[in-house]
Amino acid sequence: MSFELETAANPAGLQRVVIEPVSRVEGHGKVSILLDDDDQVKQVRLHIVEFRGFEKFIQGRPYWEIPVMVQRLCGICPVSHHLAAAKALDQVVGVDHLTPTADKIRRLMHYGQILQSHALHFFHLSSPDLLFGFDSEVAKRNIVGVAAEFPEIARQGVLLRRFGQEVIRVTAGKRVHGTGAIPGGVNKAVTREERDVLLKDIYQIIGWCRSAVALAKRLHLANAGLYNSFGAFRSNLLSLVGPRGALDLYHGTLRARDSAGEIIFDGVDYSRYWEYLTEEVKPWSYMKFPYIRELGAEEGWYKVGPLARVQNCDFIPTPFADAERREFVDFGGGLPVHATLAYHWARMIELLFSAEAIKDLLHDDDILGDELVVEGEHRERGVGVIEAPRGTLIHHYRVNEDDIVVRANLIVSTTHNNQAMNESIRHVAKRYLNGRKLTEGLLNHIEVAIRAFDPCLSCATHALGRMPLSIELFDAEGACIDTLVKDSHERCG
Amino acid sequence: MRLNPGPGIVPRLIIGIGNPSRGDDAIGPLAIERLEALALPGAELLTDFQLQVEHALDLVGRREVVFIDAAASGAAPFSFEPAAPAADASATSHALSPAAVLQAFLRVTDEPLPPAFVLAVRGYEFELGAPMSAAAARNLDAALEMLVSRLTD
Repeated sequence: MSFELETAANPAGLQRVVIEPVSRVEGHGKVSILLDDDDQVKQVRLHIVEFRGFEKFIQGRPYWEIPVMVQRLCGICPVSHHLAAAKALDQVVGVDHLTPTADKIRRLMHYGQILQSHALHFFHLSSPDLLFGFDSEVAKRNIVGVAAEFPEIARQGVLLRRFGQEVIRVTAGKRVHGTGAIPGGVNKAVTREERDVLLKDIYQIIGWCRSAVALAKRLHLANAGLYNSFGAFRSNLLSLVGPRGALDLYHGTLRARDSAGEIIFDGVDYSRYWEYLTEEVKPWSYMKFPYIRELGAEEGWYKVGPLARVQNCDFIPTPFADAERREFVDFGGGLPVHATLAYHWARMIELLFSAEAIKDLLHDDDILGDELVVEGEHRERGVGVIEAPRGTLIHHYRVNEDDIVVRANLIVSTTHNNQAMNESIRHVAKRYLNGRKLTEGLLNHIEVAIRAFDPCLSCATHALGRMPLSIELFDAEGACIDTLVKDSHERCG
Repeated sequence: MRLNPGPGIVPRLIIGIGNPSRGDDAIGPLAIERLEALALPGAELLTDFQLQVEHALDLVGRREVVFIDAAASGAAPFSFEPAAPAADASATSHALSPAAVLQAFLRVTDEPLPPAFVLAVRGYEFELGAPMSAAAARNLDAALEMLVSRLTD
């Protein structure tokens, strides 16, 4: 099946515009736009390289290597993959319940990751667009520009990142390549000294997070007409929820709502996720398109991540964040908020929740315990699901009798949001690009919509001279008539 | 939460950047692993997949900083050049260049910028799951020989 603007009726002879890679997202993405002779948008597609190579890469390895190995999937959210893999392998080693110490140390690690990831996204990747405007001067529209005009915001963003990483270091053993979570538990306790160091700063961190929510909210409300309509579309929502419908980013059951907020399914044990979710393949993209099986591909696609989670849950179990959630829900007037730019507001509510959750966990003496690992009867299959910063993350492994991983399936947050991101950029293209001469500022509108989802297109390769950004404009005959190139060694040319 | 790390900071910082599972991108982390084995005094070693803004805070209070990274182009076996702050295009990505980290340092701290260098070791293959190429391994040997000699002079 095909959605509006997914496939042009007569693509031959149309002008082709390519934005590749999309900047300020993780990894490489490409947007292609086809225009007719009157500059009317006929086709818009977001293409992303996926992780299939990685799934093959981990097949044939012993299962206990996997939680460390999968961190190499992504340079920006390695902890999410670490924990999702560990949760799946808990099932493989026959463990359904961790010790309180292991469960809470993993949660602490996870909320440290959410905190640092959300801080990076809002303060450093999105705030330039939000503070300066989508088509403001390109040389200023980055974190350096923010630091020059809003130094305190930039400073707090850096320090929130650093605090989140300290939480990860304390729980995982290292800032990166940590080994904290292992099948059946954790391999490192938190010491009283480590806990006390983090406690010293946590109240300041919560204060900054409250300011961040206030800033995101203020930006949205100050320009509600734009923020409510920009790239907005209605869709189903999917996330884990905890007991009694609490927001829980580490563990829970699957819940889906329709675009009006009515429950589609609830309380679903994620270890049989495939009975509820399935994926469609399209010839023009390496990335699959997941949807809710019972609704079909046309009606069953959904969005994940902060905007889905904050509205899918019934409450947030920390006071400041829940007060903010209620205000957000009230803003929707009884219906889910579907504004793409509301992702930022929802993301900052989660930032605050993460800081409060870290505070509660630091005050819980269970994290100082020494019962770290439990064992059970080995099983051949394990599924781990976690709410990563960008949305629902599924790791699924099959392990043979020699403890070797023989099959791996990973459905990452950005894949869940594939159709949603495509919908968003098609709305933006139709509204802002139709009939107009394309400029960098106009094309940035497309990127603003994509960035709101904080997609992790994961290309953890980093090497000097390998971070290009090019925007190419083709005429109706297919000849390239203009190119804009950036790389890590030169300013925008 | 403070920007300043306080007393006792190790004067020299060496940061190795790269993903150990992507062929020659492992040059940075592998360099750090080998330097760790040498236990050189006066140098703190750090590794990460990629540079980000918070690495600016690791520079505070240092007398010298060296970034070690694989280079997909440029001179073989390696180049060793001073790095200067620059607001390059990597400031718009999840992965900053050393120059952009130095620029972030200037923006978020009031500290003097330490002298910084980039040791760019030429790599050739960056595929997921690939081992380090023999040519890159030789380049890394040469680069570390130079660096260790410099550190111990």
